[in-house]
Amino acid sequence: MLADKDRIFTNLYGLQDWRLQGALKRGNWDGTKAILEKGRDWIVDQVRASGLRGRGGAGFPTGLKWSFMPKEPRDERPSYLVVNADESEPGTCKDREIMRHDPHTLVEGCLIAGFAMGAHTVFIYVRGEFARERERLQAAVDEAREAGLIGKNNKHGWDLDIIVHHGAGAYICGEETGLLESLEGKKGLPRLKPPFPASVGVYGCPSTVNNVESIAVVPEILRRGAAWFSSIGRPNNTGTKLYCISGHVEKPCTVEEAMGITLRELIDRHAGGVRGGWDNLYAVIPGGASVPCLPASLCDDLVMDFDALKDKQSGLGTAAVIVMDKSTDIVRAISRLSYFYMHESCGQCTPCREGTGWMWRVLERMAEGRAEKREIDLLLDVTYQVEGHTICALGDAAAWPVQGLIRHFRGEIERRIDAYHAGQPTAPVMEAAE
Amino acid sequence: MAIRRLTEKQPESFAFTPDNVAWAEREIAKYPPDRQASAVLALLWRAQEQEGWVSEPAIRAVAEMLDMATIRVLEVATFYTMFHLEPIGSRAHVLVCGTTPCWLRGADALKDVCRRRIHPEAHHLSDDGTLSWEEVECLGACVNAPMVQIGADTYEDLTAETFEKLIDDVVAGRETQPGPQIDRQFSAPVGGPTTLTDLPAARPSDKP
Repeated sequence: MLADKDRIFTNLYGLQDWRLQGALKRGNWDGTKAILEKGRDWIVDQVRASGLRGRGGAGFPTGLKWSFMPKEPRDERPSYLVVNADESEPGTCKDREIMRHDPHTLVEGCLIAGFAMGAHTVFIYVRGEFARERERLQAAVDEAREAGLIGKNNKHGWDLDIIVHHGAGAYICGEETGLLESLEGKKGLPRLKPPFPASVGVYGCPSTVNNVESIAVVPEILRRGAAWFSSIGRPNNTGTKLYCISGHVEKPCTVEEAMGITLRELIDRHAGGVRGGWDNLYAVIPGGASVPCLPASLCDDLVMDFDALKDKQSGLGTAAVIVMDKSTDIVRAISRLSYFYMHESCGQCTPCREGTGWMWRVLERMAEGRAEKREIDLLLDVTYQVEGHTICALGDAAAWPVQGLIRHFRGEIERRIDAYHAGQPTAPVMEAAE
Repeated sequence: MAIRRLTEKQPESFAFTPDNVAWAEREIAKYPPDRQASAVLALLWRAQEQEGWVSEPAIRAVAEMLDMATIRVLEVATFYTMFHLEPIGSRAHVLVCGTTPCWLRGADALKDVCRRRIHPEAHHLSDDGTLSWEEVECLGACVNAPMVQIGADTYEDLTAETFEKLIDDVVAGRETQPGPQIDRQFSAPVGGPTTLTDLPAARPSDKP
């Protein structure tokens, strides 16, 4: 287990003062000026050497992403850092804790990251529903500005303005180019790439979009050294990570742990165990709604990091672990996710706009058994028609949970179809969402 | 995708209060010159806070303030699902999260309470016009499921019983305590944190 001294978010549960005074006591804003004095290249190199991979789901190396930003301004266009605080992936509730209980980790991270990519302006895009979190974050930004830590002519010698921007309820704005469109005052319709945001981002200017957690861990990495961070976890999967454990566990919680902890240790040690004991585990969605679910048979030694979960044909995503015990109607659980993607599709790509609703309707029938067995393969085929054929990854995210269901629980779907056709009602199930 | 349209019955006019006009100007000034459209969400939010919902005249007023085509603001107002395009309950509009993490822990029971106490269907006012409700997609408090949001506050770790009591309190105008509705420190496990126990004692934070 990760030792408390190696945890970055030491006020995760709001037991201490979130304000600047409390943050200073926890070591935030310590030696920030000395870090900036080591220069842009040093910071980017350190972040690369730490092995930090983006915490928003895709796991792209953060230092590498920063290195795509122009070194010298080629023209009049300023560079921007955009922080993605549009946390909306079902199961995920970690950035919320950072913003409301440890906001200065993020504000300090914005200064360092902004400096490292030559940006004097940072936009933090907070999802609309996080009204209290946005107020808290704004208060922390204001405090930092008044204390001369950020703003014009601050004591760190790098002018930095942070604008906290408020969303209004659209999952798609968590997609980086959808977010940029929304920031410009438009519908959050994702853009075709290339051009990538590092060359054409917000207002047509070079921009980098990073997740809240990715930015908030940077100051501590630079204070303690890249080697400290990379010594936690496994190669290519380093550092600490906020895990959110929801669903059928005794004590759902958010906790900072080492990358590469096993699922079982995570659940047993921090979440009070699976409801009814480990043997009552049925399935788990290990990384937020969009990653394929895994059956209990694959969970005994399951390692929670990017590469290990990829090897199991799933993913770490945002490390949002949704646990399901044997009472779960797995078809309806996945169908509810399909409904989510149908609701949140922006509608600009036909495969996603039409496919998400189609998948949901078929799954609703399959949950009752009111389907034909050949439709299972048809459904699978449709997921492949959607996957990879849309502008953004929402199409993929809608396809993967259904693929996971069919891969591991085809037998359950067939059982329901058989039961329906035999005129026998299936076991009583929980009401569906719609 | 969510299909959302303006409601038929619209007010004659809309005007921001002088305070809100001043607020809007400060908001617009946060963004670079000629990028005032970036403030569209903020202004629509403020219009909704002022009137309770976003009407067609409000959309026109925001478009004019931001020098945007009305259709551009209309498409924004209909795209983002937190903008209410029709009047909501005068005391409370309840957002019930129904996505899988909340569903696994009993969101259906909360929806049943809404159907019984507010209106059988979402997006309808209760008989006395004080309450309305809708099912929403993941609100990002999954380890405190199931939960609802009323205004800016979330009420978490609910049961049908505690949710019903919350509605009673809202109806009676009693003060409510947002956050977890069971004995628990925000997202820490019930019974106390399993981590961060080895740190110097600190004073408890104010509840949000």
